[in-house]
Amino acid sequence: MGAEIEEPASVTLLSGNEAIAHSAYASGVGTAFGYPGTPSTEILEELVKFSPLGVYCEWSPNEKVALEAAAGASVAGARSLVTMKLVGLNVAADPLMTLSYTGVCGGLVIVVADDPGQDSSQTEQDTRHYARLAKVPVLEPGNAEEAYDFTAEAFEISERYRCPVILRTTTCVSHSRGLVRERKSPRAANAVAFERNVEQFVPLPVWGRKLRVKVEERLDAQAADAARSALNRVIGAQDSRLGIISHGVTAYHCAEVIPEAAVLKTGWGFPFPDELFISFARGKDRLIVVEEGDPILEEHVKSLGLACEGKGLVPRCGEITPSVIYGVKRRIFPERELPELPAPPPEAQGLPSRPPMLCPGCPHRGMFYALTHFDVVVCGDIGCYSLGVFPPLNRTDTILCMGAGFTMAHGMQKAGEKRPVVGIVGDSTFFHSGITGLLDVVYNKGISTLIVADNRITAMTGHQEHPGTGITLMGEATKQASIEAVARACGIDRIRVCSPYDQKGFTEALREELAAEEPSLIISRAPCPLHVKRRLGPVRMILQDVCKGCGACLKCGCPAIELTGGKKPKINPVACMGCSLCSGICRFGAIVPVQEDVQRR
Amino acid sequence: MNVSVLLTGVGGQGILLAAKIIALAAKEAGWSVCSNETHGMAQRGGSVRAQIKFGDAAHSPLIMEGGADVLAALEHIEALRCAHYLKRGGLAVVSAQSLVPVTVSSGAAEYPGDVPERLARVFPRLVYRDYAADAAGLGDARLANTIMVGVLSAEIKQIPYETWRRAVELSVKKDFAERNLAAFDFGRGL
Ligand code: SF4
Ligand code: SF4
Repeated sequence: MGAEIEEPASVTLLSGNEAIAHSAYASGVGTAFGYPGTPSTEILEELVKFSPLGVYCEWSPNEKVALEAAAGASVAGARSLVTMKLVGLNVAADPLMTLSYTGVCGGLVIVVADDPGQDSSQTEQDTRHYARLAKVPVLEPGNAEEAYDFTAEAFEISERYRCPVILRTTTCVSHSRGLVRERKSPRAANAVAFERNVEQFVPLPVWGRKLRVKVEERLDAQAADAARSALNRVIGAQDSRLGIISHGVTAYHCAEVIPEAAVLKTGWGFPFPDELFISFARGKDRLIVVEEGDPILEEHVKSLGLACEGKGLVPRCGEITPSVIYGVKRRIFPERELPELPAPPPEAQGLPSRPPMLCPGCPHRGMFYALTHFDVVVCGDIGCYSLGVFPPLNRTDTILCMGAGFTMAHGMQKAGEKRPVVGIVGDSTFFHSGITGLLDVVYNKGISTLIVADNRITAMTGHQEHPGTGITLMGEATKQASIEAVARACGIDRIRVCSPYDQKGFTEALREELAAEEPSLIISRAPCPLHVKRRLGPVRMILQDVCKGCGACLKCGCPAIELTGGKKPKINPVACMGCSLCSGICRFGAIVPVQEDVQRR
Repeated sequence: MNVSVLLTGVGGQGILLAAKIIALAAKEAGWSVCSNETHGMAQRGGSVRAQIKFGDAAHSPLIMEGGADVLAALEHIEALRCAHYLKRGGLAVVSAQSLVPVTVSSGAAEYPGDVPERLARVFPRLVYRDYAADAAGLGDARLANTIMVGVLSAEIKQIPYETWRRAVELSVKKDFAERNLAAFDFGRGL
């Protein structure tokens, strides 16, 4: 599906993420780095289609590595793109702060996809804070067309000021499609030839202090530039005396829901375009800042001495959707007595919820199921296996951030937690930031039991390669990093590789390792069946005359096992992946392979 | 004037492909268009929504409650969940398919037994039929989404027939084009 490389048509229908990738190519990007993270993942997946045309793309082990690699590429001259989700920037914050001082040569654009409403993220942090902290420009496209245009502009601004530029999207921008006017022919890539300039690229205090001053001068110049930039424009009823200052897609929602207002849509909101705010406020009877995220524009506009309203009317949390803005509108115009939006009808009350869950045949299920036999604390991590927290497995007790599965377990054990503590990270997470945690456990003589949920892929974000898979983003075969060899090198002696489908073996291994008075590592290894697109074995069925209706198999939470009426469950043959986990759980031998001849596929 | 279409279903049913076809058809027909998809947990069996707006000037891709001209659902309780997004007088196209969530199969919640009655009460203009069964009849259960697009195409008159077919063809892999076109025509003919 999707266009392969083709001569770009004049107008195409692209998602925000695809538009960023196409624009990066058209802007002459030479190198691109990132770590998968919803909602940013599709950018590099799209850009890599242009790799035969000379764009180098990679999945880096983590976001810090990605940004540092891009910095190297950029100071050598190449235009570089870095992609990550909001929390990825926490990991990459260290290089970002200094890169703002040392600067770039080839344009460097950091795409950070925020997630208002926390569709698939642990926090709702507003990346604009990072732009302020690092003192770098932030551009905010509001749709796919702007994602395309702003990406091109971001590279220009980056080279004009020799500083990195953040392109902030949100889930709604990244995952909305729109019409995009594409450039016919791409800009030529920059020549690459590093030139030594230690006063620029080495921020030892002697030079760092000078760079610090330059950053402030740069901010002033950029603020003036932003005030004149076409990225900031007024939409809606231009001459209205009701003014709204907004940003990104929120500005478009405002223009649609409150068409009687003039909406200053800030596409380049930091460094703050002060002159623009002042001139826009002139002649307005009422000024309202409608922001998704924190009141960054609002507080700044107020600091300019301009009277405005903001978070008093607009919710602080969650996605600011058209429906939310309609609520704002009702508060703006109480005298109009606008009707409420329709609520769900009584017929929609009490519908069963549909939480996401581990797929049928998922290897993580066996790992968690084995853990249900033990009274332990489980520190989990970010990935499909986060879903182990839900009933009926209930086998995750904490999640913090990438890598914290190991480190929180270690701290808890050191604090004297009475029960054995288990730390779980995924394979991709292990390479992202699990190794340092493992080192901590070994070096400081911890005795936690560590598990790598090794499904051989970055599954949660839609199956991306990583250092352990032996394949690069560009599809080349490469060295395959070995989790067990890394662990051994760190000093772990007790390492076992177990199949999570083998409940007996896995449970036995757990029993022994939980009892060990030294750190141990269990690698729960089986590929994600959704990725390899393979049944694991014959589809299972429950012999209804043998089944006692005890419900034991339901405790593994496989969605293919359905209890729709009565006490005896049935297995949905279309959904079953034939992993055999349930067969091993049934004490009565009621779960058996379906005969070959009645298999559905 | 804009036309707003809301699609809903369960991860894996092909809602995103259906949305892509509709958005592309609108574009090929010369309209301004924008669309939005839920991705995040889509593959893990959660509820999935996609929305498409097209017309003279479509800016915000999100549809408000009471704002959809058409609601189409590949799973029937998902249609109920989104019922309040449909405009008064709007058309609901619902596949008579039950996909039982784990909350039900694990005994924590109940799947309603009176879905057809509820649908009839909530949607004055309802097309209700088992498109999964139709798709199986055509030889591939996964074609239910394309059949549903066919059904919708008959209601969405702002896009001509040939344009719809081109959008279907452009949106699927070559090997699947013929099958999908057949499914589209089947749905349109219902
Ligand atoms: S995508 Fe793979 S790893 Fe993730 S829940 Fe499904 S089977 Fe498990
Ligand atoms: S074999 Fe059992 S546990 Fe495995 S996918 Fe089939 S029903 Fe689920």
